[in-house]
Amino acid sequence: MSNRQVRLTINGRQYSGTVEPRKLLSDFLRDDLGLTGTHVGCEHGVCGACTILLNGESVRSCLLFAVQANGADLKTVEGIAPNASELHPLQEKFWEHHGLQCGFCTPGILLTAEALLKEIPNPSEDEIREWISGNLCRCTGYQNIVTAIQEAAKTMHNRRS
Amino acid sequence: MKPASFEYHDPATIDEALDLMSRFGDRARPLAGGQSLVPLMNFRLLRPAHLIDLNGVSELNYLKLENEALRIGATTRQRELEKSNVVARNWPLLRDATSFIGHIQIRNRGTVGGSLAHAFPSAELPVATVTLDASFVLQSKSKQRTVCAEDFFLSYMTTVLEAGELLTEIVVPAPAPGSGWSYQEVSRRHGDFALAGAASVVVLDANGNIGNARLTLTGTTPIRARNAEEFLLGQKPSQSLFNDAARRATENLEQDSDIHASAEYRRSVCEVLARRALTQAAERATAQETIR
Repeated sequence: MSNRQVRLTINGRQYSGTVEPRKLLSDFLRDDLGLTGTHVGCEHGVCGACTILLNGESVRSCLLFAVQANGADLKTVEGIAPNASELHPLQEKFWEHHGLQCGFCTPGILLTAEALLKEIPNPSEDEIREWISGNLCRCTGYQNIVTAIQEAAKTMHNRRS
Repeated sequence: MKPASFEYHDPATIDEALDLMSRFGDRARPLAGGQSLVPLMNFRLLRPAHLIDLNGVSELNYLKLENEALRIGATTRQRELEKSNVVARNWPLLRDATSFIGHIQIRNRGTVGGSLAHAFPSAELPVATVTLDASFVLQSKSKQRTVCAEDFFLSYMTTVLEAGELLTEIVVPAPAPGSGWSYQEVSRRHGDFALAGAASVVVLDANGNIGNARLTLTGTTPIRARNAEEFLLGQKPSQSLFNDAARRATENLEQDSDIHASAEYRRSVCEVLARRALTQAAERATAQETIR
């Protein structure tokens, strides 16, 4: 099976690698590029832990082959903070409001929430729950995640105005 | 690695894709959104020798109005369908059905044609397209044919698609003026596969009686409830009428039992959903009559 060259942009940086076509994007990110912030849970599209942004849209990286991301612009959890010393408002609020316990689902939820706030800057609780319904969390019971996203939306709104 | 090895092809045009489909026949699988195919490959339930990635075939990705019909390119993302104003205005049933598919991350990738060709029993788009009398354009290297949605689905994950053939376009005819619609579904959790579903379109005549009714239920393939549709014709909408129609639609309904639900439970839920779908579609048709 012929290997393929993949070149892509992740968190504003250029990356490239040579992959077997069957290599999942999630494995490429973690094993080949060392971007281990993207977590791998079920590996068949149910749990949402591996959610990343592909050209701005939230997708499951375990249901894409790395070859398919050739030329794409990706964002992973490593790229959501503005710089090395500051957190993204979502990260701040997850911390403040205990939006995580074990943290396994958190990268996927943060990226889903970022896509949500880009499309709906002031989401209702129902909208938040609809958006994060594709991300399983076994610790929090979701309530604090919802609160954290609501508070992040307020912070981001205040910083804009 | 999770999936077995395969040779990857990324055609840029429909012609290239059809060439590859014809060359590799049943050893090839087209890859659209991959939201059903890739899980099956990760489990190694499917091991295609050749994967033909359609995501680079831009001519398969469109939503357009032509002679009041909606033409959907096969690899149009489900999320585009869900967010389209044209779809919301003229084919709200399609939008409502789509919103039940998995989760937003799934619909961002999943395609309209992919879901139809996969033909999973609890899937929403097969039921919606049968209810809306859609037809599908199937292309191979040597021929092109059009099949109506009702004839497309043969059995569990089986359609009339032949080796080398690709579903390229979905055509949804213009809705009858003033038609009411409803899509109903029950699943264990939000976004799970449906245990049962029902879709309906109801059109009222000048006297407020039922001029046309469509009712489709989930099953091994979408089940059109013709006896209920015929029974409703010319009748005055009422709760007892819809109760009766839903009972007729489901009294001999064959459903499968599995770990999630028994066949009897599914039949029983289908009856409830059929009743709700007809009632809501008729209410919406009445509301639109009043507006006009």
